[in-house]
Amino acid sequence: MLSRTADHLYWMSRYTERAENLARLLDVTYQMSLVPKSVAAENQNWGAILALNSLEGRFAEAYDTVNADNVLRFMVMDPNNISSIFSCLRAARENAHAVRGTLTAETWESCNMTWLEVRDQKFEQILSSGIGQFFEWVKLRSAVTRGVTFGTMLQDEAQHFIRLGGLIERADNTARILDVKYHVLHTNGDEGATDFYQWGALLRSLSAFEVYRKVYRDVITPARVAELLMLRLDMPRSLHACTRGIVRVLESIKNGQSAETERLAGILHAHIHYARIDDILARGLHEYLTDFMDRIYELGEGISHDFLMPAA
Amino acid sequence: MKTTFFNEMYEAGGAVRPHYQAYADWLAATPAERIERKRAEADIAFHRVGITFAVYGEESGTERLIPFDIVPRVIPANEWIRLHGGLRQRIKALNAFLHDIYHDQHILDAGHIPREQVLNNAQFRPEMMGINVAAGIYAHIAGVDLVRAGGEGSDQKGGEYYVLEDNLRVPSGVSYMIEDRKMMMRLFPELFSRHKIAPVQHYPDMLLENLRTVAPQGVNDPTVVLLTPGAYNSAYFEHTFLAQQMGVELVEGRDLFVYDDTVFMRTTRGPQRVDVIYRRLDDDFLDPLAFRKDSMLGVPGLLSAYRAGRVTLANAIGTGVADDKSIYPYVPEMIRFYLGEEPLLNNVPTYMLRKPDDRKYVLEHLPELVVKEVHGAGGYGMLVGPASTREQIETFRQRIVAAPEKYIAQPTLALSNCPTFVESGVAPRHVDLRPFVLSGKNIDMVPGGLTRVALREGSLVVNSSQGGGTKDTWVLED
Repeated sequence: MLSRTADHLYWMSRYTERAENLARLLDVTYQMSLVPKSVAAENQNWGAILALNSLEGRFAEAYDTVNADNVLRFMVMDPNNISSIFSCLRAARENAHAVRGTLTAETWESCNMTWLEVRDQKFEQILSSGIGQFFEWVKLRSAVTRGVTFGTMLQDEAQHFIRLGGLIERADNTARILDVKYHVLHTNGDEGATDFYQWGALLRSLSAFEVYRKVYRDVITPARVAELLMLRLDMPRSLHACTRGIVRVLESIKNGQSAETERLAGILHAHIHYARIDDILARGLHEYLTDFMDRIYELGEGISHDFLMPAA
Repeated sequence: MKTTFFNEMYEAGGAVRPHYQAYADWLAATPAERIERKRAEADIAFHRVGITFAVYGEESGTERLIPFDIVPRVIPANEWIRLHGGLRQRIKALNAFLHDIYHDQHILDAGHIPREQVLNNAQFRPEMMGINVAAGIYAHIAGVDLVRAGGEGSDQKGGEYYVLEDNLRVPSGVSYMIEDRKMMMRLFPELFSRHKIAPVQHYPDMLLENLRTVAPQGVNDPTVVLLTPGAYNSAYFEHTFLAQQMGVELVEGRDLFVYDDTVFMRTTRGPQRVDVIYRRLDDDFLDPLAFRKDSMLGVPGLLSAYRAGRVTLANAIGTGVADDKSIYPYVPEMIRFYLGEEPLLNNVPTYMLRKPDDRKYVLEHLPELVVKEVHGAGGYGMLVGPASTREQIETFRQRIVAAPEKYIAQPTLALSNCPTFVESGVAPRHVDLRPFVLSGKNIDMVPGGLTRVALREGSLVVNSSQGGGTKDTWVLED
């Protein structure tokens, strides 16, 4: 397959996944903000989202204060913010458009329809009909696109690159969401009842609430939440599930120059596979997740170099 | 003088022509609501598939649907046999001409075409001199525009076919020919059991086979690719369509690179050699090292690999000199010279404005004539005398006087009419025909081609960029 085609497929998938996870992150932040707390603390939570994506500078150019309304406006519908949900959906559609001939009609139409619908919306409209509903819509559209893609596409190289893009992005995004929220919860967390709702919101944002109940059949504790989202292989958005998926996809697409990337992926997977949550928490979750995100970034670079944009 | 038009479906007296009889009976027996419903169905289906084209000059990224008309254009078997023979003859002579002018130039020595007309032509590529292209073929794909002129009683012979343009560079439209047929079969399957209609959907197979036969020498299992300028090109839909139908990679310039005079594409499994490039990119943009330096669309070093005979380009570089409007008048001469035959298809009488006598006549008769830019295409930059205001004519006159060598003029052809669904019902609209002629080891074509129709009443311009639509074209089998 052409490297450029693989590149478009990979990024179509990454941007779709990124839009979905951004919706998840904003949704959980919004949910948590509904629990009464000081204005300063709340704005700090919104500021953390900007910091997470290194967007403080760009945000400051267009908005004067960090508050819920401004951050949502910036992260949801601002076309000048290349990391907004709006921009991600546009980028996903542009990548899909470039390789339309490689996609099934269903995948293309789903991706295109998502873009056409979001393009015609105004932020005020979204607010007035309930922003939570919008986040649900983004997640649903992402699920539809993923569903028709894996439900209709030939299981060939094209599908491997779509899968790979989704897994790399998801691994990174899950780590990010967990990092920022775990930190916030651990420092703000005081009374038991509030805590329950807060941890519950985090789990829900990663579609893990029911899963948690099923797996642990016990009260929600931070250590278990971290374990579920990081180490459980049967939890589809966990770091473990993502890294194992990455190793397997690389196995099927490997070429003459990808040995190093495969090695890095294998190490990262082993690292997670044999980890224990107590050790991770003792060493520091933030440090662990930062290191994980760095390694995912490195993997992404390797994939680009080996498959997507090879030098002549 | 009253202009009368040849009507594809009806004779002058109003009787239905025999080859349209079965269709006319069906049309009369089919309720109008059913037709209307089917038209709406076709619209939705075309939108869903995304058969669109981008329009230059309009807001960037504007995509429009090419209107599809459900009344077919029907050609009887005997008529097609004549056209088929004439097209083969013409394309054979044009390929011989291209080979000749890039080698020994016998036709220029013999004085049939003024030497400077060829050598000073902007489309003549000195880089091609002495290059031996695979199988001696230059124009692998030609889209010859034919029109039928003159109704009974006019000065043009009734219903006679004329060649309007040869289109030997990167002709487009074949995807509409195939999609129109698919749509007709879907909407009106019963029509296909009533008629014996020659199939056209195997065109991509024929094209691929044709491209494989012109691979560089010594290549047994050639890799064919389709080179597109990219998603913003007006014909991008067609590029993706053909690549998909042929099962070949659709590449952009940046996907290819040249190493050691060999062309490779960058794939996820490493570099892969490319042997035949069906390029839908103009000569000027092919290789920034050889042609336009600012081209971001081409492949550096491609010309060098091509000259070394390591890759085939279809069509070859430099075919534009043979379909140029200033060379067009000499095609009948080429047929006599290379093939020793009389032309089977008519040329439209053409005035060359660089000639003083022709210029004088044309400037005196502008309101009756069609004036075209020698290098123009797509219906841009032309004057249709009878359809223009006095002001428009005067403006154009000044452009001609300023640079007469840039223009040719032809009598306004009374393009034939074909019944067409318009808002007021079925009404006659003007049509042309573009068969796609493939040259490789053999010269062949699928029966028929693309029929374009000018949807505006009275309009003679069928180009899609100027409000033209398309029709399914049926060649009947005996």
